[in-house]
Formats: sequence, structure tokens, C-alpha cells
Amino acid sequence: MTTVNASPRRRGGSRALDSRPGFIVYGLLAAVLAGSAFPLWWSYLIGSSDAGAVNRGLIPVLPGGNFLANAAAVVDSIPFWKALLNSLIVSTSVAFSVVLFSTLAGYAFAKLRFRGRDGLLVFVVATMAVPTQLGVIPLFIVMSKLGWTGTLWAVIAPGLVTAFGVFWMTQYLRDALPNELIEAARIDGCSMIATFWHVGLPAARPAAAMLALFTFTATWTNFFWPLIVLDPDDPTLPVALQQLQAAYYVDYSLVLAGVVLSIIPLLLLFVLLGRQLVSGIMEGAVKG
Amino acid sequence: MNTVESPSRRAAWRSRRNRWDVTLSPYAYISPFFILFGLVGLFPLAYTAWVSLHEWSLLGGGGDFVGLQNFADVLTRPGFWIALRNTVSIFLLSSVPQVIIALVLAAVLDRNLRAKTFWRMGVLLPYVVAPVAVVLIFNDLFGDRYGLVNTALQTIGLPAIGWHVDVIPSHIAIATMVNFRWTGYNTLVLLAAMQAIPRDYYEAAVLDGASRLRVFLSVTLPLLRPTLIFVIVTATIGGLQIFDEPRLFDQLGLGGPDKQWQTLTMYIWELGWQQRNFGRASAVAWLLFLIIVAAGIVNFALSRRISTTTSGVAATGRKGRRS
Repeated sequence: MTTVNASPRRRGGSRALDSRPGFIVYGLLAAVLAGSAFPLWWSYLIGSSDAGAVNRGLIPVLPGGNFLANAAAVVDSIPFWKALLNSLIVSTSVAFSVVLFSTLAGYAFAKLRFRGRDGLLVFVVATMAVPTQLGVIPLFIVMSKLGWTGTLWAVIAPGLVTAFGVFWMTQYLRDALPNELIEAARIDGCSMIATFWHVGLPAARPAAAMLALFTFTATWTNFFWPLIVLDPDDPTLPVALQQLQAAYYVDYSLVLAGVVLSIIPLLLLFVLLGRQLVSGIMEGAVKG
Repeated sequence: MNTVESPSRRAAWRSRRNRWDVTLSPYAYISPFFILFGLVGLFPLAYTAWVSLHEWSLLGGGGDFVGLQNFADVLTRPGFWIALRNTVSIFLLSSVPQVIIALVLAAVLDRNLRAKTFWRMGVLLPYVVAPVAVVLIFNDLFGDRYGLVNTALQTIGLPAIGWHVDVIPSHIAIATMVNFRWTGYNTLVLLAAMQAIPRDYYEAAVLDGASRLRVFLSVTLPLLRPTLIFVIVTATIGGLQIFDEPRLFDQLGLGGPDKQWQTLTMYIWELGWQQRNFGRASAVAWLLFLIIVAAGIVNFALSRRISTTTSGVAATGRKGRRS
């Protein structure tokens, strides 16, 4: 780091833009990083202190020893475990379904020839801009008619496919899967579906993993529709979490202990797969 | 005879089956998407228009056809206009600073940094925090009495701000939550587009004696236009439907005592599930739909006006150049 700070910045020289930036740049980045992390640190700080101190307006500087006690109180006051399980079921099913149907459709759009293909693909792209969330009222009417309100089906069904997923897989497969491989499989006597299974699916794997990751995160953090359609006693995690704040008297040590608990699963995912998330967003930005 | 004909017939059958396989399979592969999307995406949207023309209650179901009465009711009440004002205000307060900060951050991350991935992961960290969790954290920070922000303001001798009382402060607090979660994500999208710019362009500009700022304004920014437009369009579609953050800004979830921060999506929720009037809620949903479409068209027209070569790229999402 010291060598970086000491290295002279050659302004105006032809290599100026590739030179190592100085400490001002690193300082700015460190500040941004602190800003990103501070709210999370803060929720642990408050979530681990005792309610009395927080409500007297004292600002803790170091975490207290009450986190486990507060977490236990959270688990007692909202249906935490049920909500965690529900969120897992919903997010996994939605991610699986989106990846499956997007890969199938993306493979067809990218690699197969059929009448109306280009028009239909334009339609898919156009629907990415349609705010389907505004159809909540009929969706709710239909779900009540089917008797699905209060069940996880009501949350899973509207998420089964996304236009974005189809577009994403189409873009990826177009470049990543050579036509020769498909032709070779066909000449070897594979049926269309066998060709998809043995050639298309393996080639799609990296993009499919990325799509699964993003769909899982988006479904996990969803609030509006689950709030409308699920029972307060049998909710998903975000819906359960906000119940901590719904009481007349808000105990922030409890609320923020709940926040910390709810962040842990996605934070683990981020620690394990954050690098892939970053490259996924950047790949999508250029290609997708 | 039999022994001669049967294999050829079988071959004919096989080739016909193969032909069907080739012509029909693509449709079989794309149909799950179109059927499901039609059922859960497009049909509800279209049906919203039907509901909005009827008297329709949450419990009683559909009633008489009332024409545009629901629209008239909604448009003559202040609730809709207050919600529209709040939505637009929160949208501008969140998207404008967000895009500017994301641009600056992307330019910084585009430098020849050490530990690139570390910094990139750092800006993305807030993205994995659910909006509900973000609101709960920031509600504490923006507490009117003992919140950290007000305490800090008072420590340096400034008056405390009524974050949950006044209109603009509440919008700023809500916009801060949105910006916290989405700035890093957009930074990475813009960074990817910046890295796709051929380095020769920069070198040419530097050889001409351009300063770093000048290079950014005259080389980077114009080449980023398609991606910028994409970021702005997505921010518009999402931003105008904002619900989670304002809904959880206080315990009651109705947008404050004077509806200071009730947005249009919250208004739909209140009309539909509090007042149980699905007819009026659908009317608001359709009005919001039209507003979003209009905003999209304005964005599109502007991008076309600015540069005809990039507008097609903006329309199909994000097709960048890669060097």
C-alpha cells in the first residue's frame, strides 16, 4: 500500500490513465465501503444491546452481550422458523422453475429455427418493461377463487417464469453453444429433446447458475405480494420481519436483532458467491 | 411383400416423426414461458382494466358496470394526487443522486486498482440486504427523537429534523434507503460498460492533452449512453412502483398521518385491502400503468433524439460492445 501511495502520478503522460491511483481514490473507496457496511454493523450493535439502554437514547459504541437473548426473543415473538422454511421453499422452487423454463425457451430462441421466432423474441424483450406487479388485484381474485390464498402456491405461481430469464439465457446460449455441437448430436441420431438434454443443458450451466442466484435473491427479498396473499401466521421471512415493527411500542434492540438474523442466510450466500454475483451483474450489463 | 414394405413404411414413419420433432419442438420449448407469462403476467394486467370499470369489492366480488366512475372518483379525490406527488418526488430523490453517484463510483472502480474484486464486492454488499431489513435499520437511524442522524445533527449544533413528520425529509429518508440498496448494483452495470470502451480512445484523448475530467465527459460519458439509458429506464419502472420502503417507514403503514409519504402502490394497497374497493384500486393501478408507459416512451424518445444509433440498443436492453 505504501508503494502505491508513494508512486508518482504522471499527469498528461500517455500512461497516466493506467497508473496506480493515489490514496485519495482508496480513501474514497474505503469511505464507500464503510457506508455499505455501517448499517449492517449498526444493526448488530443495537441488536446486541439491551432494550433499556437503547430506549434511553444511549448510543452504544461496542456490541453488547445480549444478541442471543434478543434473538431468542425474536424467535418467540414472530413465526421465525416457519417463515425461514417458507422463504427457502418459495425461493428455491421459483429459482428452479425460472431456470428450467428460461433455459428451454432460451435454447429454442438462440439455436433452433422456427416460424415467428424473431417476432416472439421481440415480444419477450418488450415484456421485460411491463410492470406486471400492477396486476395484483386480478391475481388476488384468481388466487382466492382457486383457494390458494394463504398457501405457498400463491407466492410461487406468479414467479414461475420471467421475461428477463428467457432473454438472459438466449443471449448466453447464442454465443456459448456452437451450432456444430447440435448438428453432431442430431447426426448421431439424438431426438430434439435428447439434443437439448445432452448438449444444450451442459452448455447453459454457467448462465443458469447465475440466473438461479439472482432469481433466488429477488424472490427471497420480495415483500409486496407475500404481504397481500399470505397469512400473518404463516409468512415468508420479510413479512415476518416487519411484524417486529408492527407493535405499538417498537423495541429496536429486538427489531435489529431480527434484522441480523434475517440477513445471515443471504450474507452467507454473498460471502460464498459474491465474486460470481459481481461478475454476473457485469456480464449481464455487457451481453445480456 | 410384407418383408419388403414394412421396413420402408417404418422408415417413412420415422422420417415423418423426425420432421414433426424438428418443427414442433421449438414451440414446445417456448410455450411454457408464454403460457405461464400470459396467465400470471399479462392476463391479470388486462383484467385490471375490466375490474376498474366495475363496482367491485374485496369480499362481495364483481358488481355492476359503472363505466369510468371509478376513475372519476379517484381523480377527484386528493388522495391520488398526494400519492402521485410523493411517488414522483421519492423517485427523483432516489434515481437522480443514485445514477450520479453510481457514475462517479464506476469511474473510480475503472481505475487500475489493487484488490479490484474486493472493492466491487464492497459496493455490492447492500444488495443482499432485503428492502424490509434496510427499512428497519434506517428507521432506527432516522428516528425523530433518539435516531443516530438527529443525534449527530444536534451534536454539531444543527436542529433535529422531523423525518417522520415533514414531507421532504420523509422523502429524503426513504430515498436514502433505496439508494443504499441499489447504487452499488448500478455502479457495477456502468462499470462493465466502461470497461468495454477500447483503451485506445482514452490514449488518443490523453495524447491530445485532455485532463482526466475532460476525458470522462467527452469520451466515457457519450459511449456509456446506451447503458445509462438502460439504468434510467429500469430505475423508472421500479422506482414508480415503490412500496416496501414507504410502507414500512412507520408502524401503521399508511404513509403517515397526512399521507406525507404514501406512494401510488401504497394507495392501491390501501384502496384494495383496507377500504376493500377493488374497483377503485384497479383504476389507480391502470393510471400508474399508463404513467409508467408514458415515462418509458419519454425515455425512449429522448434517447432517440440524443443519438439515433444507440436507441435501438437501449430498447433491446443492454447490448454493449466488448473489446
